[in-house]
Amino acid sequence: MSDEYRRQEADLDDLYRDIIIDHYRHPRHNGHLSAPTACHEGLNPLCGDEVTVEVLVEGDRLADIAYSGSGCSISQSSASMLTEAVAGKSVEDARVLIGDFTAMMRGEDGVDPEALGDLEALSGVRKFPVRIKCATLAWHTLEEALREAGV
Amino acid sequence: MTYDVNAIRKDFPILGREVYGKKLVYLDNAATSQKPRQVIDAITTYYEEYNSNIHRAVHALGEQATAAYEEAREKVRRFINAPSPETVIFTRNTTEAINLVAYSWGRTNIGEGDEIVLTQMEHHSNLIPWQLLAEEKGAHIRYVEVLPDGTLDLPTPDALFGPRTKMMAMPHVSNSLGTINPVEEVAAEARRRGVMLLLDGAQGAPHLPVDVQAIGADFYAFSSHKMLGPTGIGILYGRKELLEAMPPFLGGGEMIRKVTFESATWNDLPWKFEAGTPNIGDAIAFGVAIDYLEALGMENVRRHEVEITAYALDRLRTFEDLTLYGPDDVEKRGGVVSFNFGELHPHDIGTVLDRHGVAIRAGHHCTQPLMRCLGITGTARASFYVYNTLEEVDVLVEALKAARDFFK
Repeated sequence: MSDEYRRQEADLDDLYRDIIIDHYRHPRHNGHLSAPTACHEGLNPLCGDEVTVEVLVEGDRLADIAYSGSGCSISQSSASMLTEAVAGKSVEDARVLIGDFTAMMRGEDGVDPEALGDLEALSGVRKFPVRIKCATLAWHTLEEALREAGV
Repeated sequence: MTYDVNAIRKDFPILGREVYGKKLVYLDNAATSQKPRQVIDAITTYYEEYNSNIHRAVHALGEQATAAYEEAREKVRRFINAPSPETVIFTRNTTEAINLVAYSWGRTNIGEGDEIVLTQMEHHSNLIPWQLLAEEKGAHIRYVEVLPDGTLDLPTPDALFGPRTKMMAMPHVSNSLGTINPVEEVAAEARRRGVMLLLDGAQGAPHLPVDVQAIGADFYAFSSHKMLGPTGIGILYGRKELLEAMPPFLGGGEMIRKVTFESATWNDLPWKFEAGTPNIGDAIAFGVAIDYLEALGMENVRRHEVEITAYALDRLRTFEDLTLYGPDDVEKRGGVVSFNFGELHPHDIGTVLDRHGVAIRAGHHCTQPLMRCLGITGTARASFYVYNTLEEVDVLVEALKAARDFFK
């Protein structure tokens, strides 16, 4: 059996870290905004995960954000963690974070896990390759929502 | 003959492997089945001993390969009791077989305002080809609804078929719910009214004795890889007079008789629909898979699956918060058990089960419209085949308990 395969023999606790389960059970920013600047629905056709991200952009700031949808614990808790991480940030900072997060999920070098704070917990998903798309769904959806918001 | 599942298991090398240190429990047979040593050896033997192109070589290898390829077709013919080998066409898979009919028969016979009847339990393979055809021709698609018990809400024949209905396509057995559909009754009524009936047999032929003449289907499509054979080989059975009247699907070598710079005439059936060098080695190995199933006996295969499925349903019903989909009566369902478990998402169930060595499918099973009808986004699905055991069902149940405890 190859070393590559052995590395994947991760414990389930690597995938379902406490903070991920916490976000799954107690989602943050879950629901809808009264007057969003833009709204985008992201779909993962492989497994049926759905995440809709709504953004309220004021100037160059992401003043508010909400998500809704259905899917596995990874897709939904990643969406919840995303909203907590970017709410109130500048659009530019949000984009940097999207870049860092997706780079981490792709396993690229040069991303400081510490800089990602709680989001580092999702790095364990990398050991479960089929689940990576679940974790990145909300992030790509936010990217599209920002584009639709014209910022 | 007694059905010796332990002896059968010894023929499947992959069943001896471990996953994450646990014995593999393979319950994803509706997606693809495992292959016995005999089938794997047939592929090796072909490439080591008589690999050659067919129907054109004048040498010994070519003759041997041609004979083996056509012998495989004859085995398929016998297996589904088709009237003649020319009604058995090799394709890549069920999907290609259905597309062949939608393109070749459909584009000749479906016009604006015509109607195609499908069911709400269609696999995307038996849905998208018809949607493409309907869009191109301005035809309509109507869907037979699925009842809460997972069976089809088949209306009276007058309501099922309208004056413009030209084609009905439906699954023999549902891949998501396991429902065995009353295809003989539908076929009889379709025949009376001159409506063509195509059966998606991807979950039928591997699990039930199939006699296409007794069923009375005009077309029957299925795949090798779900019935112990290799991937890359599928079958389209079609009634001879229909196939003869249909224009070619793909153009190229093998399917022609005479070619000039201006035009061409077509080869006889079945080769008219087998353009280009076909998947010779895998077709031959599929014939060996059929030998294997016939040695077991399809009635015995069916009885074995009924026993396992009944046991699985009984054990899963002991979970209070587990929802089962599909008919309660095991005689009305194939070896597919779809379920949702409490608040757990099918994906999360699948991942935890995988760590216990249990391979299941989680998701929409390529039946997104059906999932929407049921008000769910997906299910977890365990599906059984010739080599599964009652003990493996026990492992599934224990792994489900572990999943529940993990997310508690």
